[in-house]
Amino acid sequence: MVVKLLMGNEAIAHGAIEAGVQVAAAYPGTPSSEVLGTLAAMAGEYGFYAEWSINEKAALETAAGASLAGARALAAMKQVGLNVAADPLMSLAYIGVKGGLVLVVADDPGPHSSQTEQDTRKFAQFAKLPVLDPSNPAEAREMTKYAFVLSEKLLLPVILRPTTRTCHACQNVELPENIQKRRSPASFGKNPDWVIFPSLSARKHVWLNRQQKAAGDILGLSPFNRLEINEGAKAGIIACGLSYNYVREALRLTGLKASVLKIGAPYPLPAPPVLELFKHAERILVIEEQEPVVEDQVISLAWQHRLESRISGKHDRLAPREGEFNVDKVKAIIEKFFDLQPAPAGETPLPELPLRTPVLCAGCPHRASFYIFKEAARGTDTVFTGDIGCYTLGAIPPINAVDTCLCMGASVTMAAGLHRAEPGRRQVAFLGDSTFFHSGVTGLINAVYNRADITVVILDNRTTAMTGHQPHPGMGATAMAGDGTSVDIAGLVKACGVGFVREVDPFDLAEAGKAARAAMEHSGPAVVIMRRDCAALVKRSRPYSISSDDCVNCGACLEDLGCPAIGKLDALPVINTSCTGCGVCSQICPAKAIRR
Amino acid sequence: MKLDVVISGVGGQGSILASRALAGAAMANGLNVLTSEVIGMAQREGPVTSHIRIGNDLCGALIPDHEADFLIGLELSETVRSLGKLKPGGTVITSEMAIIPVSVQLGLSKYDRETYKRHIREQVKKAVFLDLETLSHLAGNPRAGNVIIMGAFSTCPGLPLQPEQLLRSFLQLVPEKYKDINAHAFEIGRRAMEAS
Repeated sequence: MVVKLLMGNEAIAHGAIEAGVQVAAAYPGTPSSEVLGTLAAMAGEYGFYAEWSINEKAALETAAGASLAGARALAAMKQVGLNVAADPLMSLAYIGVKGGLVLVVADDPGPHSSQTEQDTRKFAQFAKLPVLDPSNPAEAREMTKYAFVLSEKLLLPVILRPTTRTCHACQNVELPENIQKRRSPASFGKNPDWVIFPSLSARKHVWLNRQQKAAGDILGLSPFNRLEINEGAKAGIIACGLSYNYVREALRLTGLKASVLKIGAPYPLPAPPVLELFKHAERILVIEEQEPVVEDQVISLAWQHRLESRISGKHDRLAPREGEFNVDKVKAIIEKFFDLQPAPAGETPLPELPLRTPVLCAGCPHRASFYIFKEAARGTDTVFTGDIGCYTLGAIPPINAVDTCLCMGASVTMAAGLHRAEPGRRQVAFLGDSTFFHSGVTGLINAVYNRADITVVILDNRTTAMTGHQPHPGMGATAMAGDGTSVDIAGLVKACGVGFVREVDPFDLAEAGKAARAAMEHSGPAVVIMRRDCAALVKRSRPYSISSDDCVNCGACLEDLGCPAIGKLDALPVINTSCTGCGVCSQICPAKAIRR
Repeated sequence: MKLDVVISGVGGQGSILASRALAGAAMANGLNVLTSEVIGMAQREGPVTSHIRIGNDLCGALIPDHEADFLIGLELSETVRSLGKLKPGGTVITSEMAIIPVSVQLGLSKYDRETYKRHIREQVKKAVFLDLETLSHLAGNPRAGNVIIMGAFSTCPGLPLQPEQLLRSFLQLVPEKYKDINAHAFEIGRRAMEAS
């Protein structure tokens, strides 16, 4: 055995490799991205295949294809990514799998980096698929290995649903010294059962429903659900996934006594340990983040078995459905459950603290792109639709150039919709290069086909920046290799039938500005590709400074750009050490006071 | 044995490296560790905190309020923001350095350095202020603040690890060409603490 400090996502990747994964595919999304990142880095050594797919649907379908050939396969994504992959997922539950297929879906209660707080356990229940909910990185690794075996036993995809605090937690994890490097070759066997006709679906639906019982029976024997009876305690607490840690610590801090049932398999919930807990507890509290997935099943079991214990949780509003839990919140819930008054906190109020929102980095090319289009649209009431990526931060003052943001790719289609509702107004859509490939290109084809008179700005910083700089189809690199086929964005846009396409450098404000104005004047869909590498990936060039002699203190550099490299000292703007030398501020300074 | 440490700062200051180094050093001493880090949008100049829990029987990775033995602050206002994590009698080691957010430049919020320092002094008996700006210059790298402050932390009494172990753990995490500058920075932190 070796002991390593592993992040939850790394632990999941290790589990998959130990289980002999043969094909892994993912689209990056916080907090899931490091699962495939880790797999890709180890794929060469262990002889399996890993890819960054174009989107989550492509990732899951890639894994499904491999599984039908008998290979063990993994797909990874964040919770909203599963919405994109919902189509293959729902059908795959009916068709079933051959090689174990594990779908890692990272949830983000809080949310920290997501559009929604949706609960993937609920999605698993909807798709009728078993789901495992780890409480820490070490358990996430164990569950991953188990999930492959379970998937092959049930012939169903199995979902592993870690949350941010497991994905991005690090723990000392014991790993075997030697992992089997050989993988058995896969072989696809032709069979009408792989073709989803309605007649097959009707049959398979009956089978799928039966598998729920089989899954519950198998999961009842898993080591991930654990009943800890506290003799003499009248209360019972059922804690799912991560919440188990909070319950343990809250009980330790308060000294309260309860029998605790740890749940690692929230759906289908195994009945025996729950029924056993009922024998030892007059009152039961269910602690789980997000939706009452376990609680609803416990209530249903109690009803079926005519058990009269009081069941507390979300339904009697003891525990919230929203937000992330922590020890303090769970402690307060448990104290309420025990009818105790929580001790007054006696907090000293903090002094007024600065508002510190995330901002675009110093030298970020997106800042220049937003500036250029705001200038081009000056005097008009142009609507700027935004998308998912670093550039969503364009909504924050002083940039204020993102008026809408919904989901991946929606900048283009929503701009078109806004244009239909208000044809007299200009609409400009901003989306990144990776997002364009993910789902922006379909919207662009729709705009061409339906002749939407909109401007689309592709912020091509040559990476998937927000999630940690993963490669995408436009870069000529794949997850495993430096050389891949590069899909040329301008060529693709032209092939879609867009009549106006310009590729410009956002740091050349004059040229890019001309392109922006021409695009907005163009009738019909127009595309401007703002091409400049992500500031985090290029070497800084010589920084600029502001001459205090020449500065007229007009505030343009501060108020028009909002660059974190420009601050104020003794009332005059100054450039600090984070300057990357992009030179955008020197181009907008009316007094020409910003120089190298 | 139980040690709870919160490291707070602004995205980009290297709090993740500091928390990994501390976790690695504790592991090398045969202790269990759990850390929780902020990765994602907040890394772009937003507030970030890392929780590091070291001990034998650990629960979750998140440290409850008023439970942290140490609060290590890489940025002054962010230290104040995380004070609620510190247990009564806990220790604060903080940078005096201010990273003024864009919102303050725009007049949308305020940054009051003296008030923050006074608040920490009034609320915390064991508070050490380090001039990380000057010390980083001394170390020859404006981004070495995370290593310097951990060097300072390593001299605190009662830690379940030796300063050398923490340094070794740091050096394992940085590329070869930065090892010397990191070792130097760590030493500067140690000495600054001993002098304070």
